[in-house]
Amino acid sequence: MSEAEPKDWPLWEVFVRSAHGLAHKHVGSLHAAGPEMALQNARDVYTRRNEGASLWIVRASDIVATQPEDREALFTAAEDKPYRHPTHYTVPEGVKNL
Amino acid sequence: MYTQMVDVSERGLDENSEQQRIFDDKIDRGVTIEADDWMPRAYRETLVRQISQHAHSEIVGMLPEGNWITRAPSLERKCILMAKVQDEAGHGLYLYSAAETLGTSREAMIDALLSGRSKYSSIFNYPTLTWADVGAIGWLVDGAAIINQIPLTRCSYGPYARAMVRVCKEESFHQRQGFEVLTTLCRGTPDQKALAQDALDRWWWPAVMMFGPPDAESKHNERSMRWKIKLYTNDELRQKFVDQTAPQADFLDLAIPDPDLAWNGERGHYDFGSPNWTEFYDVVSGNGPCNRERLRARIAAHEDGAWVREAAVAYAEKRKQ
Repeated sequence: MSEAEPKDWPLWEVFVRSAHGLAHKHVGSLHAAGPEMALQNARDVYTRRNEGASLWIVRASDIVATQPEDREALFTAAEDKPYRHPTHYTVPEGVKNL
Repeated sequence: MYTQMVDVSERGLDENSEQQRIFDDKIDRGVTIEADDWMPRAYRETLVRQISQHAHSEIVGMLPEGNWITRAPSLERKCILMAKVQDEAGHGLYLYSAAETLGTSREAMIDALLSGRSKYSSIFNYPTLTWADVGAIGWLVDGAAIINQIPLTRCSYGPYARAMVRVCKEESFHQRQGFEVLTTLCRGTPDQKALAQDALDRWWWPAVMMFGPPDAESKHNERSMRWKIKLYTNDELRQKFVDQTAPQADFLDLAIPDPDLAWNGERGHYDFGSPNWTEFYDVVSGNGPCNRERLRARIAAHEDGAWVREAAVAYAEKRKQ
């Protein structure tokens, strides 16, 4: 708590790929001084129970994200396009494998 | 391991704004609030306080159990206890991270803990005198924590709810290992059985108090419930704890130290006595058996680790060049 003490270390986001062939999934975050330490800490914190076969870490400040106020402009346009879903179409009775 | 709402600010809502209306609507519809969404200041402050207290409880909670790692009675028990203490450190980290999404820094939270401004669960200010206490902590303290934490996986703030999912998954072994420690003692010699009974005698009431003051005295219950930060009241959770723990004590053939404890067939619940709330407030305000010792240990760990943190930064800087 002395004045010389560094501020919080950079924040890293942690992504784990499970052994079941799924894509890397965000599991949480941690602080670390550098990338090696971030990987080591991610391994200790997020894979203690065989959760993963691979780890990605990304500096949180490097992530580019949409903003809440963009939500309507970006995502509501898809709502009036039900024809993009298979459930939009009627399959005649008796027709199989469609 | 556990959190306890002890000091919540009285600030009012930022009422009547359009943002407030959108926020209220989301809460009503059960849509989770995310870090970058607008939220009332009091909601944010309540969450920061609750989540950071929860994180501190995980970290301080390592101390009473860490006390027994070197003296656990077998290599397997040592490994189990180490794994459990390591889990608590991880739980602290998940929770600090969740609190940071609300705009507070890790450094500020640690500083609040070490300077005594921030609270942690009162339960960790009791000493672990015997090996049976390790069993009692797993069975009762983690048992109470699970009852408190499972509803939090559905709370309105997304990052907190997601952290609690991980915590609950990992916590389930903690309670079982505690019960197993006590089962082993209760099947042992009369001395070992007496050790288990003594631990239950000392940990029962502090565990019952973990759910916080009675609803009638808990003025923040209502607001936290409206915000869906809290889904059940203190007394509802306490009842659930007693209902599920009393039969387990019967199985161990141990006596819960409460003369008023009795099954009430009409209610379909156990009736039970009232804890000594004066003791609760004493411990919360810093005068429990171990408050000073716990804080001293945390401060020493933080200060003794300063050179490691400095070295890590120096190394990272050097690698960048």
